Amino acid sequence: MNIYALVKRTFDTEEKIAVANGKIVDDGAEFIINPYDEYAIEEAIQLRDEHGGEVTVITIGDEEAEKQLRTALAMGADKAVLINTEDDLDEMDEYTVAKIVAEYLKDKDADLILAGNVAIDGGSGQVGPRVAELLGINYVTTITNLEIDGTSAKIVRDVEGDSETIETSLPLLVTAQQGLNEPRYPSLPGIMKAKKKPLEELELDDLDIDEDDVEPKTETVEIFLPPAKEAGRVLEGDLADQVKELVDLLNKEAKVL
Amino acid sequence: MSKKVLVLGEAREGALRNVSFEAIAAAKTVSGGGEVVGLLVGDAVQSLAEEMIQYGADRVVTVEHPHLKHYTSDGYGQAFMAVYEQEKPEAVIFGHTANGKDLSPKIASKLGTGLISDVTAIEGEGDDALFVRPIYSGKAFEKVKNKEDLLFFSIRPNNIAPLEKDAGRSGEATSVSVDITNLRTIIKDVVRKSTEGVDLSEAKVVVAGGRGVKSADGFKPLEELANLLGGAVGASRGACDADYCDYSLQIGQTGKVVTPDLYIAAGISGAIQHMAGMSNSKVIVAINKDPEANIFKVADYGIVGDLFEVIPMMIEEIKKVKTN
Repeated sequence: MNIYALVKRTFDTEEKIAVANGKIVDDGAEFIINPYDEYAIEEAIQLRDEHGGEVTVITIGDEEAEKQLRTALAMGADKAVLINTEDDLDEMDEYTVAKIVAEYLKDKDADLILAGNVAIDGGSGQVGPRVAELLGINYVTTITNLEIDGTSAKIVRDVEGDSETIETSLPLLVTAQQGLNEPRYPSLPGIMKAKKKPLEELELDDLDIDEDDVEPKTETVEIFLPPAKEAGRVLEGDLADQVKELVDLLNKEAKVL
Repeated sequence: MSKKVLVLGEAREGALRNVSFEAIAAAKTVSGGGEVVGLLVGDAVQSLAEEMIQYGADRVVTVEHPHLKHYTSDGYGQAFMAVYEQEKPEAVIFGHTANGKDLSPKIASKLGTGLISDVTAIEGEGDDALFVRPIYSGKAFEKVKNKEDLLFFSIRPNNIAPLEKDAGRSGEATSVSVDITNLRTIIKDVVRKSTEGVDLSEAKVVVAGGRGVKSADGFKPLEELANLLGGAVGASRGACDADYCDYSLQIGQTGKVVTPDLYIAAGISGAIQHMAGMSNSKVIVAINKDPEANIFKVADYGIVGDLFEVIPMMIEEIKKVKTN
């Protein structure tokens, strides 16, 4: 099977977010593979091991993202592609990213494309379905189980807690929900091998993309932090009295009962 | 300039979801006085049209077909596009629900347009509107401007207030016949796991448990409290990782982001990833044995104590209040 996994480099979930000059401060921040993309990579590797074929991981970004691609290779992906937009694009939105990814994938004859269902930074969850639509292939989002048999796929999709069992066929794009699998940590031999695996770097020119064709359709005009939540009241006294007081406060002060 | 706005309504278990009414209110904000058209898609949805009008839609278009009984991106996509071509709206609004998240990027891609997802507030009106949406799971927010002729956004449930229901409002409901063909996905089975039918992302009250709940059985008092308050049960990653509950209940930076009116955190220490998923709730109650637990830093009200003592007492107290 010819398998692709879409990967995004994101802030570590441990990171606090700070804003300066209208931008998120990323100096000194730790970066990781978007956690939902890790499920996608893991599933891709497992499917390759079961059915044969090759796993290629793709990302869009600057050369810093090489680190996350190497991690994916160390997990077991075979090849990596970095589409470096640093010199060409100042701003991107989901339209931009999907168009570039689809342009790369359009002649690759992918059997299966996996992505995270959402990135924990931008949080829109658009790129997967957009790419599928641009490629004219089917897609299923937020999956928690995937079985492939020949060109048929049996999928369990999480729908706000309910589970749908779905049958469809390849070629297909799926987006991973938590619970799909348990992503492996790269092993030491895996890390050594990853250094020798192919990592191709492309720019928009290599894909015959003109900057105007991928100009974002939306624009972020401001980034701000939510007002800091002040610590409230820790109640005191006998536990039974505390509970009485709490219910009274919820009823009369907060008016949420 | 006034805009004609098309709002995709969404039904669950035969009733319209609140987010549909919230989307109508959002439509009024951006329409600049233009017409607000509701769209309902399913196998039997005509009876729901009236309620969309009562909540502010000027008229409603329905598409019914046996193949639309279950949501599929192909089926709903075909239905939506047929109505889009007929109505030619200047703005489109979806709920940012499981199905809205699934369908909206496909439609945006088909139309070659932008899409502002998961909007929690709208600043300004008409053409000048800016759309506020959380990034980094609510650790920060951004204001986004649309640069295209077509405005397309989805709204997060529970954030934009619906208009008051007006039973006296009337409007036209028309049906469009669409041939739904070539569905590439077949829904074989749907297993309802969510308790009592209250969806976590739309619930007004969330009772969430962490490692302190200690077992799957430990969630029972939380479920009882949630049911009493008409709310839903959630969990921290710790509780999910320990197999006390399903991952679909997880709240946090991975997992769901919720903004209920009341969030009760029981036995949750308050890791930064969890706080990202709930700290924008309107009122937060923390119950934890550890007085140093991080969760108390964001809680409006805190009780230092054992949740297995506190929750049953709360249930009794709330019952008393409710009967009075």
